[in-house]
Amino acid sequence: MRWRACLASALSHVMLATGAVLMLAPFVWMLLTSIRPAEEVFGAVFNPIPSRFAGGENYAQALFASNVPRAMVNGAMVCLGILAVQLATALPAAYALARLRFPGRGILFGLVLFGLTIPIQVPALPLYLALAKTGLLDTFFALMFPFFLTVFGLFLFRQFFRTYPEEILQAARLDGMGEFEIVWRLAVPAALPAIGAFSIFSVVAHWNDLYWPLIVVTSTDRATPPLGILAFRDAETGGNYGALMAGATLITAPLVVAFLVARRAFVRGLTMTALK
Amino acid sequence: MLPVKQRMRDGVTRRDGAGEGVRLVGIAKSFGATRVLAGLDLVVREGEFLTLLGPSGCGKSTLLRIIAGLEQPDRGSVSIAGRSVDHLPPAERDVAMVFQSYALYPHMTVAGNLATPLEMRRLTLLERLPVIRHLSPRRRRVMRGIMAEVRAVAEALRIEALLDRKPAQLSGGQRQRVALGRAMVRHPAVFLMDEPLSNLDAALRIEVRHELSDLHARLGTTFIYVTHDQVEAMTMSSRIALMDQGRILQLGTPDELYDRPASLAVARFIGSPSLTVLETVADGGGGIRLGALRLPFGHRFAAGTRLTLGIRPEAFALPLGPEADGPAFSARLVRAENLGAEWHLHVRLNLPGEPSAIVRLTAAEHEAARACGLMEDPLTLVLRARGVHLFGPDGSRAEPDRARTVMME
Amino acid sequence: MAVAAASVPRAARRAAPDRRLALAGAAFAAPAALLLLTILLAPLVVLVLLSLTDYRLGAVAVRWVGLANYAEMFTDPVFRRAIRNTFLYVAFVLPAGVFGALAVAALVQARTRTRSFYEVIYFLPVTSTLVAMATVWQFLLHPTLGPVTPLIAGLGFGRLDLLNDPDLALATLAVIGLWQMLGFNMVLFLAGLSAIPRELYEAAALDGAAGAIDRFLRVTWPMLSPTTMFVTITTTISAFKVFDTVVVLTRGGPLGATDTLLYVLYLEGFHYFRTGYAAAMTVIVLVFLCALSLLQARLIERRVHYA
Repeated sequence: MRWRACLASALSHVMLATGAVLMLAPFVWMLLTSIRPAEEVFGAVFNPIPSRFAGGENYAQALFASNVPRAMVNGAMVCLGILAVQLATALPAAYALARLRFPGRGILFGLVLFGLTIPIQVPALPLYLALAKTGLLDTFFALMFPFFLTVFGLFLFRQFFRTYPEEILQAARLDGMGEFEIVWRLAVPAALPAIGAFSIFSVVAHWNDLYWPLIVVTSTDRATPPLGILAFRDAETGGNYGALMAGATLITAPLVVAFLVARRAFVRGLTMTALK
Repeated sequence: MLPVKQRMRDGVTRRDGAGEGVRLVGIAKSFGATRVLAGLDLVVREGEFLTLLGPSGCGKSTLLRIIAGLEQPDRGSVSIAGRSVDHLPPAERDVAMVFQSYALYPHMTVAGNLATPLEMRRLTLLERLPVIRHLSPRRRRVMRGIMAEVRAVAEALRIEALLDRKPAQLSGGQRQRVALGRAMVRHPAVFLMDEPLSNLDAALRIEVRHELSDLHARLGTTFIYVTHDQVEAMTMSSRIALMDQGRILQLGTPDELYDRPASLAVARFIGSPSLTVLETVADGGGGIRLGALRLPFGHRFAAGTRLTLGIRPEAFALPLGPEADGPAFSARLVRAENLGAEWHLHVRLNLPGEPSAIVRLTAAEHEAARACGLMEDPLTLVLRARGVHLFGPDGSRAEPDRARTVMME
Repeated sequence: MAVAAASVPRAARRAAPDRRLALAGAAFAAPAALLLLTILLAPLVVLVLLSLTDYRLGAVAVRWVGLANYAEMFTDPVFRRAIRNTFLYVAFVLPAGVFGALAVAALVQARTRTRSFYEVIYFLPVTSTLVAMATVWQFLLHPTLGPVTPLIAGLGFGRLDLLNDPDLALATLAVIGLWQMLGFNMVLFLAGLSAIPRELYEAAALDGAAGAIDRFLRVTWPMLSPTTMFVTITTTISAFKVFDTVVVLTRGGPLGATDTLLYVLYLEGFHYFRTGYAAAMTVIVLVFLCALSLLQARLIERRVHYA
């Protein structure tokens, strides 16, 4: 009986470890190649560990001779811009949806539920036409605009605010707080965990997004991280894989490092969409 | 019918508001198809401790929320200290409320919780905004004053050691005190309390009950207190408004409610264990027949009218000493419960249908009865004068308004 | 103040505090409602209208063509291929994505000390930028430079160029998709597993279900079924929207073997600028997604009742 338990445990470890190796392989390959000298990438003999450390030249090329850093700065700006507007509009609206009676509330919430089913690809065409007509294509505004609306955020925060004790809101009204003050003095501090999780969700989604930036951005000045790495690859076709992998590492690093630091928050933020 | 009488007695028709804490006229409220309050009138005197007592769902909490302005009545109006407040939001009604759940701001310290109502009144909106607030030189001065008052209230409630803690770090009793403090700092014209003791354990409840009574005596402010617990109502109130199904059944002092219940419903609700209810018939001479007994009441019902007799458990006695020659029943003992200071006897009376009844004896009475062999089955029960009530066919009190002197002929 | 208030009709006066709240509510909701209107509702209306025209971006004349765009779609070999490929892709990813994740979750759940270690590793691809990782995959699968080709050859399958083989390209994309989403599903299953009360296993053990398989069939699988249904739907939706890897790795090739719905839609709408036709395609995609989401909403309701 005991050795059977041991065997089962060993077997499960073997299976998990094999899977883990497969999961990690691309990351390991990326990191190893990013410090591999160019001659070795194309060498006939396959050598897992680079013969010499060439990280300096590869990362230097990714940092100074490519659009990757620019794309990362753009990505940060776009993500923060989107998040700021999302929070500023969704938090009060979600509070109103959850706690205040106003004409049109039912319709608005119905639309939010409907909106949950609609990905960016659906309104993309008309939004593109509108941006083209107004001459706003290839701007930061065009990159951010469709995501100012977050039906998911509205839904999430509304659900959260509905669980806030009614008696505390009534006490606040008796104490003389206006509704606006209730939102930022009571509701927002209470919602901080949800806001944190939502922020992670939002930033990860828009840092990684390819579809919309691919449509509205043409100039390299406005490239987001995925566009930056794509342009770098296309410029380097058949060329320097070491530098390309260095670029990929740079673009992947911020979120992966943040994930490793705040593991719980990340998992919660990213699976929230599914678990509501 | 009853509200009209009350209106006359309480002088609701007077125009001036002198000596008036809160005046409610014709308050009605429905939630969807459910009528919660049915056109209710009530005047709460200035400085009194008025309890709204009733079973859950009787509308007492809704009434309290309407006074606070947290709920809008469908009809009727509210005035506080002679001033109509119907158009005022809660914060401007000069009332403070202690909630059942205490409703403390979870992310603020005790000091922050106590200071909030004052900050809202004394600081401008700009002085309350984050960051910007530090630009105001006035703010620091005002905050110093507020914190001094907060400390004074905390001292009065003996919670000054807790000022830096957050609600989650407090015990139930401590939270209760903070909630009370948050109401006190404002020096409101009226304190509203919504079952504030219901989340405390039994021992603490008694302690806080005493403290609330002391607080009321010290502040001399109008208290309106909602509870379903008759002990709380009987022990603390100046007056009780007993409510059921959105109406006030009776408004009076605890003594009046207990000794002169206006209806069978009131008599049943007040008092524990509950009073024994017996169906009887009027005999045409102002009395009733109960088995072989005839009890005189001086009522004016025609012979044969169905009446109801209510007997408090302590109105039954065993034939000891002076009670020995009162009107007597014979009864069969079903169960005897020893509560320490008193005994409850569950008996079946030797009357048609063997109605059950509850008899309350003091421990001394029980001891004496046992010594005299009076606890043997069948028991002989004697009726005392006090605690026997007669109700008409509509359930309202059937006796004329004079003290009964003779019990038995 | 008092005088002014007295002159207001009673009903209006009484409603004032309520109206104050309603006003605040409307004010708070207004910005979001405006965004909803301009970003979601108006585009949807325009989309449906566009799908009934032959509009091309930049064209001078526009004609109503009724349902011609929709009719064309069903005879368009590219669109039909895209539908077929997309469904094939879903058929690849779905079973492996659901049952693989369930297996991993069950194994990880049983680990005590190494649990969070495996959780991190399997979840890592979820957080990483797929486009960047796709370039890594491209390199990994490179027929001459990458390690995968010699590895497969070493196993006796011959030298395969996975991304340029019409028979294998779509499956290869599916494997990469699987790699990316496995950890996500695993976390959902882990949440489902830890929500199963321990007493149920103890009761099952007392009832005689002692073996691991019995325990799984009697307790785990039935208790997990709401999660499983849910994971199935979310996996279907996200597999349905496959796009990034197609753009980075195959551009629909070789020979259209990896033309998927969103990629074809992207080409028609934003490369060939056949706006009307692309709009009609979008409407079809929307119908698919709405159907799936409705199913998902139903399941969530069921799950609530189940709990």
